[in-house]
Amino acid sequence: MVEIVRSTVLDAPLEAVWQLLRDFATAVPIPVADAVGALEGGKDAASVGASRIAGPWRERLIELDERNHSLRTCLVDSPLPLYGYVARQQLRRITDGEGTFWQWRASFATDPYREADLVARVADEVIAAGFATIRARVARTRASSSLPSVSRVARASAPVARREEGPIETSLVMVSRHGGPEVLENAQANVLPPGPGQVRVRQTAIGLNYIDVYCRTGAYPLLTPPGTPGMEAAGQVIDVGDGVVGFLPGDRVVYAAPPVGAYAGVRNVTADSLVIIPDGIDDETAAAAMLKGLSAEYLLNRVHRVRAGDRVLVHSAAGGVGLLLCQWAKKLGAVVLGTVSTPDKARLAREHGCDYPIISRGTDFLKPVQDATKGKGCDVVYDGIGRASFLESFEALAPLGHLVSYGQASGALAPFDPAILSRKSASLSRPVLFHYTANPETLRAMAANLFAAIGEGLRASPRQRYKLSDAARAHRDLEGRRTVGASVLVP
Amino acid sequence: MPRVYVSSVIDAPAERVWAEIRDFNALPRWVPAVAESRIEGNAPGDQVGCVRAFTLKDGGALREKLLALSDFDYAVSYSILESPMGVSNYVATLRLAPVTDGERCFAEWTAEFECEPARAEDLVERIGRGVFQPAFDELKKKFGRR
Ligand SMILES: NC(=O)c1ccc[n+]([C@@H]2O[C@H](COP(=O)([O-])OP(=O)(O)OC[C@H]3O[C@@H](n4cnc5c(N)ncnc54)[C@H](OP(=O)(O)O)[C@@H]3O)[C@@H](O)[C@H]2O)c1
Repeated sequence: MVEIVRSTVLDAPLEAVWQLLRDFATAVPIPVADAVGALEGGKDAASVGASRIAGPWRERLIELDERNHSLRTCLVDSPLPLYGYVARQQLRRITDGEGTFWQWRASFATDPYREADLVARVADEVIAAGFATIRARVARTRASSSLPSVSRVARASAPVARREEGPIETSLVMVSRHGGPEVLENAQANVLPPGPGQVRVRQTAIGLNYIDVYCRTGAYPLLTPPGTPGMEAAGQVIDVGDGVVGFLPGDRVVYAAPPVGAYAGVRNVTADSLVIIPDGIDDETAAAAMLKGLSAEYLLNRVHRVRAGDRVLVHSAAGGVGLLLCQWAKKLGAVVLGTVSTPDKARLAREHGCDYPIISRGTDFLKPVQDATKGKGCDVVYDGIGRASFLESFEALAPLGHLVSYGQASGALAPFDPAILSRKSASLSRPVLFHYTANPETLRAMAANLFAAIGEGLRASPRQRYKLSDAARAHRDLEGRRTVGASVLVP
Repeated sequence: MPRVYVSSVIDAPAERVWAEIRDFNALPRWVPAVAESRIEGNAPGDQVGCVRAFTLKDGGALREKLLALSDFDYAVSYSILESPMGVSNYVATLRLAPVTDGERCFAEWTAEFECEPARAEDLVERIGRGVFQPAFDELKKKFGRR
């Protein structure tokens, strides 16, 4: 719960200010709405319990005290996550002059990573704007010395929850049959207004992921041609569909979730999979970091809980997920071993916290791992290579070790006998990010951890940038092992 | 019950004004009507329950007890134990509140008491105009313009 207290002094007698303030229908702007709303049920006088509506906002008067010159309101509906929002306003007479002291307290709870932003918005767009509105009306009333006007009050600086009408044309990438990079074709399409629960996003950066390759080839049944690949992007909210809470036009958002369709300039996304990008993280970093960073978050904290001193082996250590796993595991105090295919990648992995980079192409890493761990093996192995490395990864485990097979860049796992696990009481996991992020609450918590880690220095910016129309080249580079770290496609 | 209410705006942040007035023994510094003051039993001036004995410039002597002190709300409450004013059940509260859109604060001083009905109006006037308002004027002078 945060509390915001703001106060000001108006050069007008208390009675004049109170008369404007107590008229709930017209007095104080509803948070962030562009204009004062209508009273619900066509009531003309404000009574305690009355609600007024402005766009997606509904505010209720829950206390009015004529003796004390105070009132209290709460938000019943809000498109922003202002949970339990209650505001109290209080006037006091200044007896040695003509003025009035006006204090406004608002309290609410919200997601930790949005707190600073929402505190600023409530302070500026609600309270300061409310002060300014009434101050102007007091001045006007006094100038014309007539009765206070009760017309709608437009505010100068508030964002307007505008709805874009109609479809928006966009360029995108289409796959009309499964195959190699050549099946990625550039096309144009119209994006309809968002349906219920959806948000239409103008994307500024799209994350390139190995899963996009599996979708293109048909290795994962996530894209049925014709369709558009891609599961990760950042951008700005254009408009929102019915029932969407927590997003307004102009908000910067990012997502990493099925269904496919991210390789586009504009698209509709389910609101539940969207997360607001904190200030201080740019769109390209958000698009580069979301899927791979959430993966590192759940692989290191949820699939296996890495602790200080653990020996951790990261395959493809200079890859998108790899560089994040190395940095984050190091921060958790682990001893980090990694496999990479070239000396340049080894250098890069080392710069990102990998203590023992091992040059290998998915095989022949067992001996170096044994040497580096004095024969003990690793407590956990993160294997995104799949078929080529699986058995050797198992051999690299310490007794009671955990093999986390989370990808298959070299092909699907060959059949094997689970009884081999008994040789060292080993565990095997085959986790998928989207199962961990299916619950929006968990997604928000994971994203908050990721953003905090970036704030504390986790390097997650993209290291390759392609035009969206160059998606085929991007795929060739990724599969040809020519990329390091993360890559983004820019529409 | 007669009630005194005096309020003002002082050109300094609340915490600076509070630092000036929070000591229960500091009246002579900022209340012009007060000549001298001491705390009985040598207690510190912020010990809730302590009693200040002070004399007015017109010779009157009073004893007041500190009932509540809040550094969080910038508020102090006290009652009169003995005075020449002929009041009973006298409780007063002085409170500061920041004015957040400037380097100022709002100050208000209330008092409630019982007395002979015929004297009520005169007492409210004497306390409000004669004691509280001059004290605020003194603070305004100390803390700059206005
Ligand atoms: N299960 C999940 O939740 C989840 C989530 C995210 C990612 N993943 C998986 O994690 C892995 C990494 O994803 P990413 O997007 O960050 O990709 P990436 O690691 O940046 O790119 C692939 C890298 O894998 C290595 N590689 C090893 N064998 C390969 C082969 N046969 N063909 C091509 N490359 C090979 C290459 O590095 P070297 O040159 O150093 O060998 C290459 O640079 C993928 O398998 C992906 O599917 C899984």
